[in-house]
Amino acid sequence: MKEETRELIRNLTEAFGPSGQEEQVRELIASLMRPHVDGVRTDALGNLICTRGARRVGTAGGPAATAGRPGAAGTATAEAGAGGGKKVMLAAHMDEIGIIVTHIDDKGFLRFGTIGGVMPHRCLGQRVVFANGTVGVFGHEKLDDPKDLKFERMFVDIGASSRAEAEEKVRIGDAAAFTRPLERAGNRLVAKAMDDRIGCAVLVEVARRLGTSPHEVYFVFTVQEEVGLRGARTAAFGLAPDVAIAVDITLTGDTPKAETMEVSLGKGAAIKVKDASLICHPGLRRSLEETARAHGIAYQLEILERGGTDAGAMQLTREGVPAGVISVPCRYAHTPSEMVDEGDVEACIELLVKALEGPLEW
Amino acid sequence: MTAHAQDPGRETHPGWEASANRETSAPPARGPYDEEAELLGQLSEAAGISGWEGEVRGIIRGQLEKMGVCYRTDHLGNIIAYRGPDDEHAGLRVMLAAHMDEVGLVVSGIDKSGLLRFRKVGGIDDRVLVSKSVLVGKNRVPGVIGAKPIHLQQPKEQENPFRAEELFVDIGARNKEEAEKVAKVGDPIVFATRFTRLDERRARGKAFDDRAGCLVLLGALQEKYRVPVYGVFTVQEEVGLRGAQVAAYAIAPGLGLALEGTVCSDTPGSEEHLQATRMGAGPAISVMDAATIHNRRVIERLVEVAGKAGIPYQLRRTTSGGNDAGRIHLARAGAAAGGLSVPCRYIHSPASVLDLEDVVNTRRLLVEFLHSLEEGWTP
Amino acid sequence: MLGREGMDLEVKEFLEKVTAASGVSGFEGTVASLIREAWAPLADEIRTDTMGSLIARRAARADGGLAPRPAGAGPAAADGPAGTQVAGEGWREAGGRGPLRVMMAAHMDEIGLMVSKIEEGGFLRFTTVGGFDRRVLPAQEVLVHGREDLPGVIGVKPPHLLPREEAEKPYKMEDMYIDVGLEETRVRDLVRVGDPITVGYGCRSLQGELVAGKGMDDRAGVATLHACLQELARLQHPHDVFLVATVQEEVGLKGAVTSAYGIAPDVGVAVDVEFAEQPGLPEDLTVELDKGPVIAVGPNIHPYVFSVLEKVAKEEGIPHQVRVVPGRSGTDAWAIQVTREGIPTGLIGIPLRYMHTSVEVASVADIKRAGRLLARFVMALDAEALACWRWEA
Repeated sequence: MKEETRELIRNLTEAFGPSGQEEQVRELIASLMRPHVDGVRTDALGNLICTRGARRVGTAGGPAATAGRPGAAGTATAEAGAGGGKKVMLAAHMDEIGIIVTHIDDKGFLRFGTIGGVMPHRCLGQRVVFANGTVGVFGHEKLDDPKDLKFERMFVDIGASSRAEAEEKVRIGDAAAFTRPLERAGNRLVAKAMDDRIGCAVLVEVARRLGTSPHEVYFVFTVQEEVGLRGARTAAFGLAPDVAIAVDITLTGDTPKAETMEVSLGKGAAIKVKDASLICHPGLRRSLEETARAHGIAYQLEILERGGTDAGAMQLTREGVPAGVISVPCRYAHTPSEMVDEGDVEACIELLVKALEGPLEW
Repeated sequence: MTAHAQDPGRETHPGWEASANRETSAPPARGPYDEEAELLGQLSEAAGISGWEGEVRGIIRGQLEKMGVCYRTDHLGNIIAYRGPDDEHAGLRVMLAAHMDEVGLVVSGIDKSGLLRFRKVGGIDDRVLVSKSVLVGKNRVPGVIGAKPIHLQQPKEQENPFRAEELFVDIGARNKEEAEKVAKVGDPIVFATRFTRLDERRARGKAFDDRAGCLVLLGALQEKYRVPVYGVFTVQEEVGLRGAQVAAYAIAPGLGLALEGTVCSDTPGSEEHLQATRMGAGPAISVMDAATIHNRRVIERLVEVAGKAGIPYQLRRTTSGGNDAGRIHLARAGAAAGGLSVPCRYIHSPASVLDLEDVVNTRRLLVEFLHSLEEGWTP
Repeated sequence: MLGREGMDLEVKEFLEKVTAASGVSGFEGTVASLIREAWAPLADEIRTDTMGSLIARRAARADGGLAPRPAGAGPAAADGPAGTQVAGEGWREAGGRGPLRVMMAAHMDEIGLMVSKIEEGGFLRFTTVGGFDRRVLPAQEVLVHGREDLPGVIGVKPPHLLPREEAEKPYKMEDMYIDVGLEETRVRDLVRVGDPITVGYGCRSLQGELVAGKGMDDRAGVATLHACLQELARLQHPHDVFLVATVQEEVGLKGAVTSAYGIAPDVGVAVDVEFAEQPGLPEDLTVELDKGPVIAVGPNIHPYVFSVLEKVAKEEGIPHQVRVVPGRSGTDAWAIQVTREGIPTGLIGIPLRYMHTSVEVASVADIKRAGRLLARFVMALDAEALACWRWEA
């Protein structure tokens, strides 16, 4: 992996963006994408929509056009897509799991609710950061049994000694995310928020590397995936794509006494067959497999028993959209130390580039 | 002030046929909150479990017609009222939603003995069902949910709560044939809770979730706004936010605000940080719940407006629960979401308690907020 | 035209054919082609949508009283907000006159399994597609749809080798595997992760009108649509009818969500199966088998649609039963009702025993009755009445 790509992954994973408060990571991605696309805009929920090679204007028709803020939408050139190109929506979610403040007590301790799949035991010893840079650590009430560790008995300490002092930095409704720098471990990368900044990194790299493509490509960096695939749903309605592909992480079955699962770290891009949110379009899935085989890109087939992706929401848009997923295998998901393999990441980028450069037919 | 509110001795009377269609011969409104109490009493006592919202719809239509507000009823039974400029596209389209439906029961079978089997509609804790007075069907046939006498129970039995499946409604029929004359499968069952004022500000009744919201919405529709405002009295919120989903698709709003009677637990044994809201402390502004992350700009605007107008408010201090905003903000290509709630103790039970001043302040904040929306403002 | 007897035979034959075919959620191609073959001769247009749902359209017959709408013309695209009205007038704009677009949906997918891993020795690990009770899986006959269809069996450890306490608990998913009886290399040639697997037997006749087999949920509903279509073919029906064999119902009503959006019907009716009485189930949760289709009532059901269904059943002397569905119906009707701006929806149930096993039992007589009920429902639907229908106060 090139150092440039690694730096990209570092910057993206270290950025702040729990669900609903994705402003900072959105700004970062927008600045990364602008040089490589024809238009960038943000819609009503905060999804970042980057268009490349769009040949139609006022794409979605009806209220979709009014829902997004006026921006650079539809300003794309007719450079590509003269013959038989498709309108392709790519989605990677930019939000991450985190916590949200629900109460500040007299002594300045914060009580909180969770955003997405955060587990109590995974929070012990961790640090969180708020949008304004305030750092806090997790603590808990005296417990008779470690099993009693529940969120309602936990709090975050931001070093304030009174409610007033705490309220100078934090308000009810403010969200915080885990904070951890990216580390290299052999050919692997460890960071918080790999889920799904690694998907965002894949999309940014694809935008950088993509040559001529017959397709009108929408790179969509979605919001609120971790709380129920919300951003992808409205973005897909607005865009009404012909094909939708999500890029997200998946779990692996290759660690000691793991759950039975065929995916391993380091064995290439995972092409999803099914997860709890969808059964991927078999034709699209086969087309991705053929692309991988034709270009000698390592891939593995994935069935994820629990968890879903943006593709589940995109598939059910309007009259239905053929939807698939390219997954980056990832160990220790939803912890501050999510691990991916550099080769797998490269395989995902390569696969998506080749797929977009081809006819994407089945 | 309602007649029976002055007569607390009659509260447990099983039938209240007279009260729902009572004449407007009640004494004219006098003290503060009397007007609110009068209408809330009507709304609260009306039967309206999810899918059978007819009585509530009738009261709301009557009010809207009296106010001269345009409305229509859609295919699911939502009432969609409009207040705003003639041009419905002039400025940010706002959808306000308060749901008409309540949790309750429905007759699912009639036993040979004439007892009615029932199923729950919406989320009710089984443990609050037993030993309650209920009304069955359109004709409000009185009945009771009985229990095995404590004398005949084994000591161990009391350790297990009654399950809904073991319970039944007794309408006094001697056999199936007699029961079938007044009840049938599919008849809705509501709790026979009379609306009662506990003092000038506090009131007790059923279904404040979300008749309190309906009352706030009716109040807000008294005024006209610069931006297009749709007031939607939704159906089927308690079984999955169904009415709001289709109404939002039809309206395609830029901002959706849910008006709720929300959970309040400022009660003994509840730790401070687990109290979602406090009664009497003003409208609760939502920041996040299980169905929605509320728009930050909308929250800021609500807080700012409240500050300027001197209206007390609180931020809702829990992320659990969910309401119509969850569907509205995901309709079509998406919308900003907000939530404003009246704190109500003991929601989803036969009797809840609220503070009428919270109702008034919620309406005030909503109205001020809507007036503050000028053309061009976007969340 | 077929005589009464001929018709009867054909519904049963159709049911036998479609229940024998495989169609695990997401992989409905095989069963879809059988249905297409049967419906095409009676439909004006037949297509498969993006998700794979099969949609057969039968246009209103001109002498049914009203001029048919041009093919493909839906209700006006719902772009902006619908117009508001004068206080108290209610909804009068929606339908108006003209043939209604009536959607009838039954799902053609069945619950099944999917290969999740190929173990050493060629044994297959699997995951479920749709809601299987894992207790019914041990020792089932299966068909693995790999490069070829491979018959197999779900193997478990023999009871002789199990400690006593383990034998008292149900088998866990991780204790089960599929054995197709082939060498590992051959298995790896023919089977891949993601291949669907059907479980159980084709249709077999029991006593009287009863039949048993896998996939009755909801091929019994599809057979109902088939019976309805045959009946419609003999009628001058005043409305456009869209018969939809939906996909992926068992994994979240998905085919109904997208097909209803695409069709944008004025009225929708779903046909699915309904719990029939069997030992151990509470009486008020079940209906009787072979005593006629169920007309559901509850929040999922529009009162006008219910009233027409019930009226037709009474007038035509079709045996039927009414059952209350207090909330989520778990059927395609649940999805259809909240499509776009909301669709008046009904739900017909075919009584079924042992739902979600591979030996589901239904009555052919109930299916035929339901088919006739639906066809007569189309005849009785009144666009004017629906347009003027006002929610009770």
